[in-house]
Amino acid sequence: MSKTITIDGRTIPFEEGQTIMEAATAAGIYIPHLCHHPEYTPHGSCKLCTVKVNGRVCSACTFPAMEGQDVLNDTKELRDDRRKITQMLFVEGNHLCPGCEKSGNCRLQAVAYYLNMLDNHFPHFYAKREIDASHPDVMIDHNRCIFCTLCVRASQQKDGKDVFAISGRGINKHLIVNAQSGLLKDTNLEVADEAAHICPTGAILIKRTGFQVPIGQRIYDHQEIDQVSLETEHPRHDE
Amino acid sequence: MRRFIQDLAEENHNQATHLLQILRAIQTRYHYVPMDAIEQLAGLLHIPRTQIISVVEFYSFFHLNPRGQYELLISDSITDHMLGKINLTGYLAKQLNVAVGAVREDGVVSLDNTSCTGMCDQGPAGLVNGYPLTRLDQPRIDRIADLINQQRPLNEWPRELFQVNDNLIKSGLLLGHTIAPGEALEATFKRGFQQTLAEINQSGLRGRGGAGYTTGLKWHLCYEGPEEDAFCDIATQKRQPRYVICNADEGEPGTFKDRVLLNSFAHQVFEGMTVCAAIIDATHGFLYLRGEYLFLYDKLQTILGERRQAGLLGNNILGQGFDFDIEIRLGAGAYICGEESALIESLEGKMGIPRNRPPYPVTQGYLGKPTVVNNVETFLAAAGIAVYGSDWFASVGTEKSKGTKILSISGDCSQPGIYEYLFGTTIQAILNDCGAADVLGVQVGGPSGTFISSQELNRKLAFEDLATGGSFIIFNNTRNILDAVHNFTHFFAHESCGFCTPCRVGTSLLKKQLDKIVEGHGSAGDVVALEELCQLVKNHSHCGLGQTAANPILTTLERYPEIYQSQLKKISYEPGFDLDGALETARRMANRNDAGAHLAQTAEDHE
Repeated sequence: MSKTITIDGRTIPFEEGQTIMEAATAAGIYIPHLCHHPEYTPHGSCKLCTVKVNGRVCSACTFPAMEGQDVLNDTKELRDDRRKITQMLFVEGNHLCPGCEKSGNCRLQAVAYYLNMLDNHFPHFYAKREIDASHPDVMIDHNRCIFCTLCVRASQQKDGKDVFAISGRGINKHLIVNAQSGLLKDTNLEVADEAAHICPTGAILIKRTGFQVPIGQRIYDHQEIDQVSLETEHPRHDE
Repeated sequence: MRRFIQDLAEENHNQATHLLQILRAIQTRYHYVPMDAIEQLAGLLHIPRTQIISVVEFYSFFHLNPRGQYELLISDSITDHMLGKINLTGYLAKQLNVAVGAVREDGVVSLDNTSCTGMCDQGPAGLVNGYPLTRLDQPRIDRIADLINQQRPLNEWPRELFQVNDNLIKSGLLLGHTIAPGEALEATFKRGFQQTLAEINQSGLRGRGGAGYTTGLKWHLCYEGPEEDAFCDIATQKRQPRYVICNADEGEPGTFKDRVLLNSFAHQVFEGMTVCAAIIDATHGFLYLRGEYLFLYDKLQTILGERRQAGLLGNNILGQGFDFDIEIRLGAGAYICGEESALIESLEGKMGIPRNRPPYPVTQGYLGKPTVVNNVETFLAAAGIAVYGSDWFASVGTEKSKGTKILSISGDCSQPGIYEYLFGTTIQAILNDCGAADVLGVQVGGPSGTFISSQELNRKLAFEDLATGGSFIIFNNTRNILDAVHNFTHFFAHESCGFCTPCRVGTSLLKKQLDKIVEGHGSAGDVVALEELCQLVKNHSHCGLGQTAANPILTTLERYPEIYQSQLKKISYEPGFDLDGALETARRMANRNDAGAHLAQTAEDHE
């Protein structure tokens, strides 16, 4: 008999070594997330996947599933808190959806819609951030970086490179690239690298591909992020 | 420079785990970490340059741009403020002709603030090139400014400027019954390791850093290690290595007891570490010493040398066939490294970012191996228990808090310093001893702890009532409690590692929202919004820093809601900033200062 946990009262099976996120996804339960990606080592930093496990607050993407866990996921309290955490990400950077190429394909925007975020709630930081357009094929708009480290992990774990890193402390955190000049063009990033495509927001964009898919025909123009996520992020069982 | 970096890397065996030590040496020599040095180091240590840059930008004591040849830092603890720090810093800036946060044009001196340097009983304090300056006043500042302007090397400065006193005022069970070097180890070998662990367990000793995890259980879990170790044959030495780490990253503002313990009781602390190593079967230990305590480094190295000479460290300790040695590693200005998993990351040469748990350090700590991390005071107590037995310790204190607690007392009292108390002692009794009068309240456990008012002085020092890592800051009735809350809230925003959203963004939002209220720009609803934000940061942050960052606001809001309300304007909406002040630049540019060029803050002000 397989081991089980309950999520919002529903009993679901899990395999030894799975996180709560993996068990939930396999069972068709969506837990909002931004820094998590099933193909990479979990990071646990965005805190959108916060769930309550037997009354205790945990990150579903890093916390192991264990027999007897009673997990709360889709509650009003958690939805409200997740919305506020998303609002924090919006005010920290400079996210101007109407003028962003990623709009409609952006996971930050999609999760904000999913959580019914209607305003920014908190005061804006108006952080001064730069754009690095030096690379022939890829650009970085630091205004939109949410420090999820997906590009860092993709570069290390899939591309076998070390193009990106997060540097600095606290609110001064920022994305840096592995070049003496500090410019993307002097790194070994190539346009085919996974790291160039994994950004959940519009912080890393591929040049000369903008608006090839018109607004209105993009991923989240037609589907909510929970559906998309469950369809595309099923854990691979061959590992 | 290339030669210097190369030799430095070699001295550190080209190990990336020594990155902080290497960068400390570079910062000391060049007063910054040049990009050329980073390039060279990346090659020598076989790590990406981004790892080095991220470490430099993470720790407060490293800089990518040149600081002065004399790097002056002034401690920004609330206790320094209470002793006149603001005016003195202003005076110092004037005498040196340098702005706070800047480097003087000739590159000779730079001046900045730094988080509490652990000299709260002898402040206002500062650091010059890492070495502490205590009891700063105008005459001392005049001397310091002269010495810097004459560019006199630090070793020619008068010693009394650097004088650090223990101020040990009240000794109890631990500080009154210290042990001779080797005594605890002999007792441990005689009694047996498992029997000594049983003594530690029975003593009820809990971690002295504040969290209070049972020490005996931690050691036991580390000895057991991860599940795969259970199948190893101990006799064939196939067990994974284990590590003992002494957490001397005493960063909680208002705490300075570990400085005194390491200055005057270091033998016993090292002995406690060695006893732990014997029990958990470790061969290597670290003392992670906060960068602010650099002045203790040479002295502690000497003591380690003495212990090796005496057969108490190194190979075949006391002829019992047990090998163990201790290495001292210095931090570089990051409060978060007091969190055990962030400390381990730092020891590995990385940014101090707390790890996801599980796994816990007892199964996967330093380099992924089972590791015990304990506070300085915990190791001191463990050595005492190894000699005097569990009853000696467990017979005093309360049911859940055995033994004593060493407090660092500072603030408004006639005798600040180190006091050791039985658990269960009332706050009033402590206040009587240290000469505190007209008390408004006490910050117990530092900014991450609790503020208690004068109505609660019968509360007790104990894990079951007021748990504390030892910080005890007294405020009298002349103080404005919001000044302390302001200082603490800014401290957390400065020290947040930035890993998780709720703490990275939340601590900065808390700072903004509190400033808005304190500066008189708050309106109805702003206190509610502040409290709501506090709960969010507290409930969702990744580690203890974020989970306690809102405590200064929450614990004072609970006790003095009227102080917060009285800061608010009596209107439903108040602009979040100073409207007239924002026009200042425009007025200057337009060369106008007539009535029409000014703006009232609210509609009511117009009337």
